[in-house]
Amino acid sequence: MTDPTAAQQFIEAIPHSKALGMTLEEIGDGRAVISMPYDTRFIGDPATGVIAGGAVSALMDTCCGAAVMTFPGARGTATLDLRIDYMRAAKPGQRIIARAECFHATRTVAFVKATAHDEDEGLPVATASGAFTMESVTRAPGAKTEGAQ
Amino acid sequence: MSRPRPEPVQVVKERRDRALKTLVGGIPYVQWLGIQFDRRGDELTATLPFDEKLIGNPFLPAIHGGVTSAFLEITAMIELSWSMLWEDMEKGALDPQSVDDAHLPRLPKTIDFTVDYLRSGLPRDAYARARVNRSGRRYASVHVEAWQDNRTRLFAQATGHFLIPSRDKSA
Repeated sequence: MTDPTAAQQFIEAIPHSKALGMTLEEIGDGRAVISMPYDTRFIGDPATGVIAGGAVSALMDTCCGAAVMTFPGARGTATLDLRIDYMRAAKPGQRIIARAECFHATRTVAFVKATAHDEDEGLPVATASGAFTMESVTRAPGAKTEGAQ
Repeated sequence: MSRPRPEPVQVVKERRDRALKTLVGGIPYVQWLGIQFDRRGDELTATLPFDEKLIGNPFLPAIHGGVTSAFLEITAMIELSWSMLWEDMEKGALDPQSVDDAHLPRLPKTIDFTVDYLRSGLPRDAYARARVNRSGRRYASVHVEAWQDNRTRLFAQATGHFLIPSRDKSA
């Protein structure tokens, strides 16, 4: 998918990403930037008010998937595996911005790295690396697809 | 030699269920996703009832990979907290009456979490169970499995490392 508007519509059509209030900031050429506002419903630790790791995972997963979708020749994707390292707690009250890059893709697999920051652009809140399925235009249409996305 | 009379079963159950309810009920994100925990003795099973807002791919449709990841991480974290709470409760080191919304045990912090997506998450309820493989003074390693219709056909599994909150500060 090289048309950014189509990718944007795709993101906005994802019910869970919409429920988490995600906004597509930038997209194209195997890269994506998606933000998620602070919301008290997504708190994971009531003692500190810090957003749940799971919500950050959902943001990272969406952002990585979006990056794969805009890699030249990509038609569809699903997460194969995703590892997230949590460097520090996100500041309560601040939005979280994820940046993902699909840095390599074969006809069948895409490799992605991502970072998440709050409003402090220094040390990331979390980093992610994952492998995604790649349905590329060069593959025969109608090939069996299965994925968790 | 006479043994002390065992506590009535209802008293024991009520104490354990209340501690679990307080632990789970205090986390807004768990409530927002609608995750529930069933208890059989010390064994927990998490349930994620299907909801439209959990969809990630509206065309298949399939549960969002992020939802799967969040479900697994919550199950792992609650299992770890619960195992520590259980131990303290059984030893008598913790008075369950003192566990209320204002005095929740400190939650472990996730260091890293790796999810293995095996199948697409179908638009129906999902279940998960976690196993604490190692729990030391500071770090814990937890494995978690999730399935839908068939217990043996996992749709995702994960391993995570957690930082255990210092014991002296726990409620």
